[in-house]
Amino acid sequence: MIKIENLHKSYKMGNNSLHVLKGINFSVEEGELVAIMGSSGSGKSTLLNILGMLDLLDEGSYTLDNVPIDNLTETKAANYRNKFLGFVFQSFNLINYKNAMENVALPLYYQRVGRKERQEKALKYLDQVGLKEWATHLPSELSGGQKQRVAIARAMAAEPKVLLADEPTGALDSKTSYEVMDLIQKINDDGNTILIVTHEPDIAEMCKRVVHLKDGVIIEDKKVEQVRAAQYVQ
Amino acid sequence: MFSRDTWKEIFETIQKNKLRTFLTGFTVALGIFIFVTLFGMGNGLNNTFMKFFGDDATNIFRIYPSTTTLPYAGYKAKRQIVFENDDLDDILNEFGPMVDYITPRIQRSSVVTYKDKSDNYGNIGVGPGMQFAEKTIMMKGRYINASDIRSKAKYAVIGRMVEKDIFKGDDALGKFIDISGSVFKVIGVFQDDGGDNEERNIFIPFTTRQLLEGDNDKIGQITLAFNEAIGYDGAMRFQRQLDEFIRNKKQVNPKDPRGIFIQNVADQLKQNQQFAGVLKIIISAIAFVVIISGIIGISNIMVFVVKERTKEIGIRKAMGATPKIIISTILLESIFITTLFGFIGMFLGIFVLNLIAGKTLEDNYFITNPTINSGTAVFVTILLIICGTMAAFIPARKAARIKPIVALRDE
Repeated sequence: MIKIENLHKSYKMGNNSLHVLKGINFSVEEGELVAIMGSSGSGKSTLLNILGMLDLLDEGSYTLDNVPIDNLTETKAANYRNKFLGFVFQSFNLINYKNAMENVALPLYYQRVGRKERQEKALKYLDQVGLKEWATHLPSELSGGQKQRVAIARAMAAEPKVLLADEPTGALDSKTSYEVMDLIQKINDDGNTILIVTHEPDIAEMCKRVVHLKDGVIIEDKKVEQVRAAQYVQ
Repeated sequence: MFSRDTWKEIFETIQKNKLRTFLTGFTVALGIFIFVTLFGMGNGLNNTFMKFFGDDATNIFRIYPSTTTLPYAGYKAKRQIVFENDDLDDILNEFGPMVDYITPRIQRSSVVTYKDKSDNYGNIGVGPGMQFAEKTIMMKGRYINASDIRSKAKYAVIGRMVEKDIFKGDDALGKFIDISGSVFKVIGVFQDDGGDNEERNIFIPFTTRQLLEGDNDKIGQITLAFNEAIGYDGAMRFQRQLDEFIRNKKQVNPKDPRGIFIQNVADQLKQNQQFAGVLKIIISAIAFVVIISGIIGISNIMVFVVKERTKEIGIRKAMGATPKIIISTILLESIFITTLFGFIGMFLGIFVLNLIAGKTLEDNYFITNPTINSGTAVFVTILLIICGTMAAFIPARKAARIKPIVALRDE
């Protein structure tokens, strides 16, 4: 599904150049649930941004679902993001003047799905995350966990190849975190490929594979015994 | 780009961001409103000027005699200059080809009586030419003619208001009225665009007036119309020559500021038109600046709007919005708001102009019939919409270039 070879990325800061990713080789199969771990500054978020086409790579190659991702123009990146990727952010990033259903329907709008179908699909995915009754509520009327579930529904609504989650539990308490992880695990059970950036070991243990990043290189890449989040959720 | 879905998305955004919409719209509406009202008032001022000078002919010299202030040719100062009938002939002999017509004007005030009605009216001894000089319009009957002058006929041409006042709706034509003890036959009724006061005058042959005053040949002032073919410069030259000629004849010191005074209506008109023109330019300039600041206002607000929406745009881009979609959405939103509020401001301005137009404004502020040509109003509104769109384009393009990663960065 994802194949990365010899990936380099550096940031220019005035005269200094900060080499963040120093030759990453990494691939993900369909249906995997991968945690990318590392302390801050390890390059894990940069890796996710490049995977999400929110940022450009300097060197190396990136193939997504057998499509080489190169020569990215803004428009091309936007279309690929729309077609291939779903995003979940630490701070949810819902549009605050749109209600839950409208937020979920947004990627479908950019896929030029008709209005009626958009609403039906949005309601379906809200139902999947257990928030159908909250469809007409604004983000400000939802709790943190609910917001993240709306964001996950939004990411899933576009039916992406890969779901990218950047610290999805970073702004949540542990109980809510487990609820969200439970949801992510269930989505993964349905066969969806998911990448999670996190620095919390207990969240990483709930994935099927953990990749450790340190100073821009992968220092460890291992399969783990998945801890089911459901046991922490009543 | 113009699909129903796009518009729905735009309407939703507008509806859910009322304050922002209002702020943008308010700037636009205010700009257009101020422009329309200012421009209309400028037109109103211009109209007033036109009205002031529009009711008299403009190829006119009015020659006034007065007392001298300097001694000259053996005469002492403080001598009253008086025009006489032969002055008219001499001027005609000297300047014949340049003169269209010449007429004296002897202004008096008389008690006028018809049956039991009686009132005081201006009574002016004139020649036939005065009809053209004053642009007098005959409603019925005729004006004083050359034959009346020769025969010193007791004929009177009365104003519309005189007929209304003392004839009480009766037809005055052919009736006899008493003017200061002499009986005159009404041979005509006139109206004048100069207003009611102009229509409370009575014209009689100047020779008749002289007869009543002891058969003298004194005339008050002289009104002379020059041939318009001589043009503005010719008129100025003619004025100097005429002044010199009369001073010479009447033995008035050429350097005397008084004694003889020639009022040149053409010159006055030109000056006033220039003044009105300058005034209009100033008002137009102010209106233009208002429009410019409106455009600046829009661009400021658009910059602010885009800044405020950075995160939202980042989210939208992460969800798959292309730069083209981002730009067109922001532009369409801006066009929609500027168009809506632009026309609201325009109609409001026209409405206010209609509301304030009237007698009070005309009398107290010299603004007559303040209107703006609807073509101008629409043109300026569309200009503002176009400029507003261009002003919105720069921040919109900037918004489209926002990297989602930057926009979504957590603080």
